[in-house]
Amino acid sequence: MIEIIIFGPLLGSLIAGFMYRSIGENVATILATSIVILGAIISWFVFLDIVSVDNGSVVVFDWIISGSLNSQWAVKVDSLVKVMLVVVLSISSLVHLYSLGYMRHDHNWNLGEKYKARFFSYLSFFTFAMLVLVSADNLLQLFFGWEGVGVASYLLIGFYFKKPTANNAAMKAFIVNRVGDFGFLIGIFLLFYYSGSINFLEIFSFFSDNNQIKLQGFKIEEVICFFLFIGAMGKSAQIFLHTWLPDAMEGPTPVSALIHAATMVTAGVFLTCRFSPLFEAAPQVSTLVLLVGVSTAFFAATTALVQNDIKRIIAYSTCSQLGYMFAAVGAGFYQAAMFHLFTHAFFKALLFLGAGSVIHAMHHEQDIRRLGGLRAKLPITFFTMTIGTLAITGVGIPLSYYVLGFNFGLSGFISKDIIIEGVFASKNSYSFHAFVFLTFSALLTSFYSWRLVFLTFFGSFRGKIDDFNRCHEPEKTMIIPLVLLSLGAVFFGSFFEFDFTSANYQIFSDSILLSKENTILKDFHYVPVMVKLAPFFAMLIGLSIAIYFYLINPRAPSVLANQQPILYKFFLNKWYFDELYNVIFVTSAKNIGNFFWKIGDVKVINGSIHGIGLAVIPYLVTLASRLQSGFVFHYALVMIIGFTAIMSFFIISFYGL
Amino acid sequence: MDYILTLITFLPLIGALIIGLFVQGSGSQSSENAKRVSLVTSIIVFLLSLVMFSEFDKNSSDFQFVEEFLWLGFFNYKLGVDGISVILILLTTGMMPLVFLSSWTIDKRVKEYLISFLILETLMVGVFVSLDMFLFYVFFEAGLIPMFLIIGIWGGKERVFASFKFFLYTLLGSILMLIAMIIMWDISGTTDITKLSNYEFASEPFYILGFYIPSGTQTLLWLGFFASFAVKLPMFPVHTWLPDAHVQAPTSGSVLLAAILLKMGGYGFIRFSIPMFYDASLYFQSFIFILSVIAIIYTSLVALVQTDMKKLIAYSSIAHMGFVTMGLFSFNQQGIDGAIFQMISHGFISAALFLAVGVVYERTHTREILAFGGLVNRMPNYAMVLMVLTLANVGLPGTSGFIGEFLSLVGVFQIEPIYAIFGAVGVILSACYGLLLYKKVILGELIKENLKRINDLSLREKFCLYPLVLLIITFGIYPKPIIETYSVSVANYLQILN
Repeated sequence: MIEIIIFGPLLGSLIAGFMYRSIGENVATILATSIVILGAIISWFVFLDIVSVDNGSVVVFDWIISGSLNSQWAVKVDSLVKVMLVVVLSISSLVHLYSLGYMRHDHNWNLGEKYKARFFSYLSFFTFAMLVLVSADNLLQLFFGWEGVGVASYLLIGFYFKKPTANNAAMKAFIVNRVGDFGFLIGIFLLFYYSGSINFLEIFSFFSDNNQIKLQGFKIEEVICFFLFIGAMGKSAQIFLHTWLPDAMEGPTPVSALIHAATMVTAGVFLTCRFSPLFEAAPQVSTLVLLVGVSTAFFAATTALVQNDIKRIIAYSTCSQLGYMFAAVGAGFYQAAMFHLFTHAFFKALLFLGAGSVIHAMHHEQDIRRLGGLRAKLPITFFTMTIGTLAITGVGIPLSYYVLGFNFGLSGFISKDIIIEGVFASKNSYSFHAFVFLTFSALLTSFYSWRLVFLTFFGSFRGKIDDFNRCHEPEKTMIIPLVLLSLGAVFFGSFFEFDFTSANYQIFSDSILLSKENTILKDFHYVPVMVKLAPFFAMLIGLSIAIYFYLINPRAPSVLANQQPILYKFFLNKWYFDELYNVIFVTSAKNIGNFFWKIGDVKVINGSIHGIGLAVIPYLVTLASRLQSGFVFHYALVMIIGFTAIMSFFIISFYGL
Repeated sequence: MDYILTLITFLPLIGALIIGLFVQGSGSQSSENAKRVSLVTSIIVFLLSLVMFSEFDKNSSDFQFVEEFLWLGFFNYKLGVDGISVILILLTTGMMPLVFLSSWTIDKRVKEYLISFLILETLMVGVFVSLDMFLFYVFFEAGLIPMFLIIGIWGGKERVFASFKFFLYTLLGSILMLIAMIIMWDISGTTDITKLSNYEFASEPFYILGFYIPSGTQTLLWLGFFASFAVKLPMFPVHTWLPDAHVQAPTSGSVLLAAILLKMGGYGFIRFSIPMFYDASLYFQSFIFILSVIAIIYTSLVALVQTDMKKLIAYSSIAHMGFVTMGLFSFNQQGIDGAIFQMISHGFISAALFLAVGVVYERTHTREILAFGGLVNRMPNYAMVLMVLTLANVGLPGTSGFIGEFLSLVGVFQIEPIYAIFGAVGVILSACYGLLLYKKVILGELIKENLKRINDLSLREKFCLYPLVLLIITFGIYPKPIIETYSVSVANYLQILN
């Protein structure tokens, strides 16, 4: 059953990629879509335990076997995987469906150019790679999926291969991710070196028996988790390795929804949750994870405040929300991270697909300064995007648990507040700082999310009037995913809260292992009421400022920007990370390369060899008079003979041949 | 089955004789005939080696199909294969049909060209089947001559310079190796490789002219072989002949150079340096690691700024050979398994990459990266092939390129983690130059006038490239057939060492 889910998309990808010429683009794309939809339905059955699956791992066939290193292609399904299967396949199937409409007409291609089947082939391949990643039972297979999604992402970001910006963005995404992979690889080496295995279960049982190993004064778990986390930072676009994510928006919008919001970028969070037994034994790295998560949440939120590209705003928002997830991981609250991963997938995919609907209707206008007043023209898009915004900003009824017996609110309200409470309740020494920054980021989140909605759907239209008159709601294949995702965005938070985070009922007992000291599952309920209310009020403040700035007094933003030019520019230019990296890495790598080539290879190595050939040898040759022929070749030959003779002399004289 | 190795080794020579003696005239018909003869010969040789492979017992670490007789009373003709050499023979004989297929368009001195390649095949196979030191030397060195001619006659503008450089570098190493061999013969009284592997060469340190020589005799002998293999492989800093040779060589010359000739260096380390001078090898372990790490990082950075496609791939070859030397000198199962796998995999990948460069070179007569751009618009199949090759070169899991690099690094990590970490930097750098090349050549709008009519892969080119692409992916996902061929030999080999 599970094998069908996983290998189905691969089949779909191959059919769409290689057979579209014979079966036609429409058949190929619909076939690929239906395979993924089927997988999504099965995955829900598995998730809700309607269909029971074996908890162990099923070996498909051997992969790399060398001495004691042993890795197989295997499918392992535990609770963590079930959640990921649902997320990946649900979003992927809706994105496939949405793309049927979205990719139908595309001004980036000339008449007669076939691109749709290729697009679906990549999408299905991505889905396959992601499924391989999550269902791995060993690190190496996980790494295969990890790189596979990276390639799919590379291909899809660069899908419009005629656009130089798209090509550059694709390359950047791959290379920045490779920096993370470098850390990941070292993590794998370390794990194999110490535990002698790369299989998850064997690794965990090894480290639960041997927890006193030290390396350079650090616990070995700390070192391993540090390197694994570097890998996670790359994939999940955490601060310092985040620069590829905003650029990745060059890809078609459905891609951004699937890969760069809901699934691939959460692989890092998944990895850290998968390695919870090790992270639990690595308090210092957990603190690092917390700090990186919080910094990313804050940094990305500040950047999102002033961006003007509709997709980039959502991209930074994704970055920021991923920061929340890592903050939860750092606080030892993996369940909350997975919960937020789950809910975020739905409302963020919704926001992206909504944005895609706007872009589609506006003929690829993405600058919110040239949108506006689209409420009446795109009512369904407006309605669903508003739901998405309500969800991400965290609208709900605070403290409703005490009245209703469960927390009532949109999904983001539930999952984000749990993270903030969990971080406050954790025993980490930075927990209070983290709480303050995350709450403040919630305020910023509310502001930039509403800013996007207000500028797009309210006020008057600021672009070309022709576009406005012609714009209309998209076709049904695009509307249905929006509606389904909004259902998820509204209900999944309240509905699944207990499954994910209840101390007694949480489903992760077979996959996330907390240490005995970690009582966060109980503690987070007993935080002060002010802590529980804080994110809600932060949301209200953000909303109020957005209303004042963009509905009541539209001049206010530019006035503020003029008053604070430095801060504004700093945020607008994304804290100057790109510029900094260009100078430090890109330029210097090229300079060093040129130096090695022109100086190292040509001057030093060739120069010295030719130098011997052209200067030293002729001198010797002059002494030997008549041998001088003028050919470098002869000189070199003499050199060789001489060198050989000297060498032979020493060796032979020593042994007395 | 008794003389199958001799047959495989010398059959190409017979093909060369047939072309030389029986294919008459110089018209297009006769060159067509000559091409057919060479292609058929190479296919028969390949089939024969497959037969041999099917009879080969993977679970035994002994040398198999051994042939031995004395010639003229002193020249010991001894052939035999173990798991390590058998896989390299398959790589060689399998590559030859592709080479002949890819050189179908050649029109200058066709017969001589084909004869050179057939002779080269005999010599290459000979290197891998020899179980006698001097026989090995003859094959190893004689291989220089056809390659020298191939570059020097059918090469590019500066072919003469490049071929001399190639010749001189490799000859310099060879002579030192010969001296070392003579001394070994003198000490041990045998030239049989299997006996020499079990012979304990003295390793007590001593002084020469005040220089302290650790591991004594072994060190000196080791250095003699090292000079030859390091140049052949090539290792930093004696690598500079390779980019020049590649740039000037015709496509099929580059293919063999990268796919097979470089592997002789690695094979030499496995057959001679490590088992015969293990103490010296241990002593030089860190030295090799350092050179390998430099090769990986240095040449990757150099590759990043190249403007000629072939040069870029040549530098990337050097970087990839760095993983081979690292893996070999880790002296553990993963490291050596990885190194051998990397040799095979690099054989596929680099051969396919050079063939791919040849495809566009034939159409445009340039290899300048900047002369291209947007080829995907006219050549979708080519773009797809090159994408797979680029990703394989980058070492993506799922392609054969990953397995060799990963295993060698795992091997090294268990000995000296720091070198493995530096080596792993290569995964970032290879992505940089690989994708940069792909972007500049393949992606973007097709603007250049002369490219607007360029054609996609022809059937012949597909026959050359698709099998390699298929092998790269198949063995990336299921490497077991390759690894298990030699893993018993390697395990036994390690047991003897320790």
